[in-house]
Amino acid sequence: MKEFSILIGGKAGFGIDKASSIIARILNQLNYRIYIYRDYPSLIRGGHTFSIIRASTDKIATHREKIDFLLALNQDTLNFHKNRLKDSSLLLYDPEAVKPDNLPANTKTIPVSISKIIKEESASEIMRNTCIVGSFCKSAGVTWEILETVLKKAIGKDIDLNLKIARRGFDAINEQLKIEPLNQQNLPILAGNEALGLGLIKAGLGSYIAYPMTPSSGILHFMADMAEDFGLTVIHPESEISVILMALGFAYAGEKAAVGTSGGGFCLMNEGLSFAAMAELPVVIVMGQRPGPSTGLPTYTSQTELNFVINAGQGEFPRLVVAPGDAEEAYYWSAMALNIAWKYQIPAIILTDKTLAEGIYNFDLSSAGEAKEEPLPLWNGNAGYKRYLVSETGVSPLAFVPKKDSVIKINSYEHDESGITTEDAAITKTMQEKRLRKKEYLMQELDKYSLVKVYGKKEADSAIICWGSNKGVCIEAAEILGLKVVMPAVLWPLPVKQLQDAVRGVKNLICVENNATGQLAELIKPYGVNVNSRVLKCDGRPFSVDELEKKLRNLIK
Amino acid sequence: MSEINLNTYAQNTWCPGCGNFAILNAIKTVLKSLAEEGLPMENVVLVSGIGCHAKIVDYINANSFYSIHGRVVPPAEGIKLSNPNLKVIGFAGDGDAYGEGIEHLIFAAKRNIDITMIIHNNRVYGLTTGQYTPTSPLGFKGRSTPQGVREAPINPLEVMLSSGATFLARGTSHGIEGLKKIFKEAIAHKGFSLVDVLQVCVTYFNMYEYYDKKVYELQGHNSADYNAALAKIREWDYNNDAPIALGVLYKKEAPTFEERFLKPKVSTDRQAKINQFLKEAM
Repeated sequence: MKEFSILIGGKAGFGIDKASSIIARILNQLNYRIYIYRDYPSLIRGGHTFSIIRASTDKIATHREKIDFLLALNQDTLNFHKNRLKDSSLLLYDPEAVKPDNLPANTKTIPVSISKIIKEESASEIMRNTCIVGSFCKSAGVTWEILETVLKKAIGKDIDLNLKIARRGFDAINEQLKIEPLNQQNLPILAGNEALGLGLIKAGLGSYIAYPMTPSSGILHFMADMAEDFGLTVIHPESEISVILMALGFAYAGEKAAVGTSGGGFCLMNEGLSFAAMAELPVVIVMGQRPGPSTGLPTYTSQTELNFVINAGQGEFPRLVVAPGDAEEAYYWSAMALNIAWKYQIPAIILTDKTLAEGIYNFDLSSAGEAKEEPLPLWNGNAGYKRYLVSETGVSPLAFVPKKDSVIKINSYEHDESGITTEDAAITKTMQEKRLRKKEYLMQELDKYSLVKVYGKKEADSAIICWGSNKGVCIEAAEILGLKVVMPAVLWPLPVKQLQDAVRGVKNLICVENNATGQLAELIKPYGVNVNSRVLKCDGRPFSVDELEKKLRNLIK
Repeated sequence: MSEINLNTYAQNTWCPGCGNFAILNAIKTVLKSLAEEGLPMENVVLVSGIGCHAKIVDYINANSFYSIHGRVVPPAEGIKLSNPNLKVIGFAGDGDAYGEGIEHLIFAAKRNIDITMIIHNNRVYGLTTGQYTPTSPLGFKGRSTPQGVREAPINPLEVMLSSGATFLARGTSHGIEGLKKIFKEAIAHKGFSLVDVLQVCVTYFNMYEYYDKKVYELQGHNSADYNAALAKIREWDYNNDAPIALGVLYKKEAPTFEERFLKPKVSTDRQAKINQFLKEAM
């Protein structure tokens, strides 16, 4: 099979995530490329949670609507997802928990006496997931050896019992088909949040500070796990207000810090964002989007904060906003964001969403682009230190406490070159212009990089314009339909020239966004980049390839 | 060793008779004496919020972080965590520390992070021209409460004691010698220290006469005894007409946040470790 998808579902607390990660690792051993879509409600026990593990011969970054395997640990899973079954799909289920009624005609139903096995082995309820993974492997012709290897690596607790349960699930049924191993190198499997974290670490991150908030909490957990290995200081303080102010304290002392949050937490950070701009203290903010307004749908996805992050904070000041589209870009642009924040002493925002943050990807370091720690514009030590020395580029040389015979003053008030408060009209104007000048030089530097990517059929008349996590699904749909894809990875400063070049010759420009208004479409309109139609989705769910393909087909006749 | 120059060219804009002058002069004396004892001045970082108090950092030629309203504590913590060798001294007003930023103060006390907070507690908003603060007495007539404030004040030292602060003291802006002594002890204390300074605002809430009648120096007080400290802290609740104790009310040795938290920074080959991580994620 060139590609196939497995859906595993149950209640929260059934270990669906763990099971899907084990299935992904198994398929990775067969050298398939993997993507996992995770869908779960905002609760700890109960509800309905599921993952779609998609495997393909080619690298992928999105899921499909239809599935080839349905692993149902409860009735809800079957009821909610039987419309995804195809003619040839396999249904593996626990007959004590699931009644397989009203299925598509040719569905192959395979009961596995999971509950019975669990009782006989006196195992805990959660091991039902191990049992069904065992059965899945047998049904798909995956060898016991591969399953055993992956389980031993992935499961720390009660491994012997888990192996026994998996073996019984494996032995309970017959092979239905054979997934052939592929002849290519396998790749690591990472969440978008982890790739992003690695990029920050590579570019010299010293500390990560965050208050838990979906979908960015994964970075906090990842950084906390990595803290000892990489010598990071990882702190979870009392609020997002404290988070960003603490980060500015770290920056003042010369330590590269990043923070992570979602819309609500970013609201609290706004005063700190504006302060960072005035004080010229570098900070990187990971802004993971989810549907709002307000609490909205905490565990679902959206692209609704583009306007917010570009406009947040009182006053006028330069900032960088990057929106990576997949794991490799998350790695590369996070490193870039950290370097640029420090070089220009500005806030840099990494705009992600639940789809990218918590989606699971194969990560190819070799194609990600080099992430490295760039040198800082340090003070040469001559003459007295002036924290806000006015320069041609607007960038003042950096020095950090403690610096012998130097006084380093930063200030949230308007200030003179030494950082002393002022209300003088001429100095106010000079300093405001100095800060804004950094944007001009930043744009000049950024223009050396490829900020607007073009994919698909490059000479096509019809093109998709998208941003962030829609990259993967748009490229796949475009390849099916023969379209071009234009994707800006940097959204502020808006790379106007590269954008205009990328859409030159396009007659039918379609924006694809996970919001209700088309925020990117509106952002680029004043620069003469007009979209002809908008494919928008604001139900908290990402596009699947099939869904997007269908919607686009109607627009490209 | 020549005396260090702590003056700046910034023009002082406090009202004549402002209690902030006493805090400024006391802290300058303390910094000079610390320098004479060998503390490198570059290791000192002053942090302030927004309000009349905050201008103090413009008036001292030392490293400073002029923060925003209510946010003195978090950057002070970040600076300390980044480099535990730094002496981090925060200045905040009562509106700043006990109002907008009280969550940070409570958490800093809870962590026992080794920073010093000096609160310019004049019990009125000065820079915004005379509104009540968290420590204004019940019935205080401010510009936002012309009929008199309808809520009782908090006792900030009691809040701090119950939050885990390990050094608590009170001084007044009429007692500069006392302030020098307390500030020095607070800065020397290893752990979270807070000095509540009854700093008089001559323009909007002139309490000099009242305080002069009510204050007394603590004598024979066992500052290591939590219950004795609590009793002394509760003697005057910032509202009743009770005697007001000055001096060190509570002092306790306890592990600090940075000691419990920070490990020596490791310098590693990050690429090698990333490669290893990726290998394990196959």
